[in-house]
Amino acid sequence: MKRAFKKLTKRQLGNGASRSRAPRHEQLEKAPTGIQGLDEITFGGLPKGRPTLICGSAGCGKTLMGVEFLVRGAMEYGEPGVLMAFEETEAELAKNVASLGYDLYDLIEKKKLIIDYVHVERSEIEEAGEYDLEGLFIRLGLAIDSIGAKRVVLDTIEAIFSGFPNANILRAELRRLFRWLKTKGVTAVITGERGEGALTRHGLEEYVSDCVILLDHRVNDQMSTRRLRVVKYRGSLHGTNEYPFLIDEEGISVLPVTSLGLDHKISFERVSSGVQRLDAMLGGGYYRGSTILVSGTAGTGKSSMAGHFAEAACRAGERCLYVASEESPDQIMRNMHSIGIDLAGWVKKGLLKFDAERPNIYGLEMHLLRIHKLISQYQPPAVVLDPITNYLAVGDQLEVKSMLIRLIDFLKSKGITAVFTSLTHGGDAMEGTVIGVSSLIDTWLLLRDIESNGERNRGLYVIKSRGMAHSNQIREFLLTSKGAQLLDVYLGAEGVLTGSARVAQEAKETAAAILRQQEIERRQRELDRKRAALDAQIAALRASYEVESQELEMGLAEERLREEKLAADRLDMARIRRADDENGRWKSKNNRKQS
Amino acid sequence: MHAAKEKTAKSSDEIWELRLYVAGQTPKSLAAFANLKKICTEYLDGKYRIDVIDLLENPQLGRGDQILAIPTLVRNLPEPIKKIIGDLSNTEKVLVGLDIRPRSNP
Repeated sequence: MKRAFKKLTKRQLGNGASRSRAPRHEQLEKAPTGIQGLDEITFGGLPKGRPTLICGSAGCGKTLMGVEFLVRGAMEYGEPGVLMAFEETEAELAKNVASLGYDLYDLIEKKKLIIDYVHVERSEIEEAGEYDLEGLFIRLGLAIDSIGAKRVVLDTIEAIFSGFPNANILRAELRRLFRWLKTKGVTAVITGERGEGALTRHGLEEYVSDCVILLDHRVNDQMSTRRLRVVKYRGSLHGTNEYPFLIDEEGISVLPVTSLGLDHKISFERVSSGVQRLDAMLGGGYYRGSTILVSGTAGTGKSSMAGHFAEAACRAGERCLYVASEESPDQIMRNMHSIGIDLAGWVKKGLLKFDAERPNIYGLEMHLLRIHKLISQYQPPAVVLDPITNYLAVGDQLEVKSMLIRLIDFLKSKGITAVFTSLTHGGDAMEGTVIGVSSLIDTWLLLRDIESNGERNRGLYVIKSRGMAHSNQIREFLLTSKGAQLLDVYLGAEGVLTGSARVAQEAKETAAAILRQQEIERRQRELDRKRAALDAQIAALRASYEVESQELEMGLAEERLREEKLAADRLDMARIRRADDENGRWKSKNNRKQS
Repeated sequence: MHAAKEKTAKSSDEIWELRLYVAGQTPKSLAAFANLKKICTEYLDGKYRIDVIDLLENPQLGRGDQILAIPTLVRNLPEPIKKIIGDLSNTEKVLVGLDIRPRSNP
């Protein structure tokens, strides 16, 4: 049975780890620790009914992890626990964890917890012959049985190595102890001090081989970071990386950052950038859940853009987390007020939350963890990090980049729209970020100074904006008392015109426009005049024509009259001459009679 | 075998209070008791009392004396408290441990 299980384990760990991240509960029952993040890394918790070794150097949080495992087990999972302490007394332990909000005495009273302080004093003990550690077994068994404990923590069992001189006996007895714990069916946590070149000083990892968790407390450049790694976990998949963890007023939280995949949901919804014209440039605003980088040299208005975004989020009734690493919240609020952004009001309404801390206070991992925690608690749909470049004070570029990748992944997985500001220095290439995160960014705005005519003016470019048609034009960026405004810049033979040059150009254009208008009017007038002249001419012609035609008609009438008269005269003449007609006949009786 | 009391009358004011912790009648426990009795008879001349505590029967008693190893012999009196673990087969070490024989003396 056991061999079969081992085989399965090997196969699982050999090829399963990368292929599938889904937990397979059916193969191993797990006891959830309740420690934030640890259950994610271990896909459910520690192996139920088996011992787990937590090792690490002094002060790395072994005891605390053990205590939290017990306290959460008792409070959240209904599993009573026994803490066998070899180093600290009950009172000391209770005091130490009281700062984390755990009331051990209360749990002890409710019979959910037993703390048994085992004291081994080497100087009192003389060895004379064969012995075993049955006393320890009996004592632990008694404690387990008296409250029906399901969880046991032995902290730090290696202390007995200093109490008893015969290491061989101890090793044999420890082996027996862990076997015995398995038969008792308790989920045990054994803590061990980190040894030279080995996980523990006395090689406990040889005996406790089901699950080994290594805690580490490193100091780099005077920054301390706690990290956790699951060294081995038989029969289960587990995250294999080093994960940073934090001990704060709520206990331990582990950050399983690198377990995130690239499978976050995307949104077609747009959120306002807070600047109307910028929204128009982007075709409606930023995508919800996208990451926006605002980079620029000092004083180009990066924070103002961030402030606008924060305000727009609040205005839309959404919470916003503003992580400031350069200025204090009051200073930011004052500065934003000067450009007409009232952040203080939103803070009062509870829609805006500031988190200001100098980066130098913690290591990067801690910052990441803190932001992570804040987001988990506050659940904001919008986050501002102002500026990200300050984190370079506590890590090199690669580390900061890796931190930001993890942060961006986390933000995306939560569908949070985030605005990062990044300071570029004068000498740097404008279109590069100090941290090299540009490829992770969805929308990248560059603010830069445009120097001309002895002025510095701000210009805004949309360097890229994934998945949206965006304007390719530079805009002049003005900070007014009513917020940031984007203006068209003039492009001409002289290049980009901004500031007073733009104003001059504007005046020039206005003058030109007036001239053009005047010219048009003049031409219109001329046309009108011509038309009038022509009309007059036409009228005159028409009048003369009328006269002429009247004269002609009169002439014609006269002519006609004259013709008629002549005809009549001819007839009279003929009558008088008795003329016949051409045919030689008498014209008519009438004619004769007449005559 | 537990709660066995051995007393031999001899002229001295000090009584040695010894407690032997065992867990059932294992060979080691039995050997320890036999060895202890032999040493006491030989060196303490009746001025001693032995309490044998079986932790299988009274497990809660092990806590007070911080008993981990079995068998453990505890010298409650004379003070200070001394603990000797093992089946007490090494008489020399028992004598040294109980301060019957000074450490420096072979």
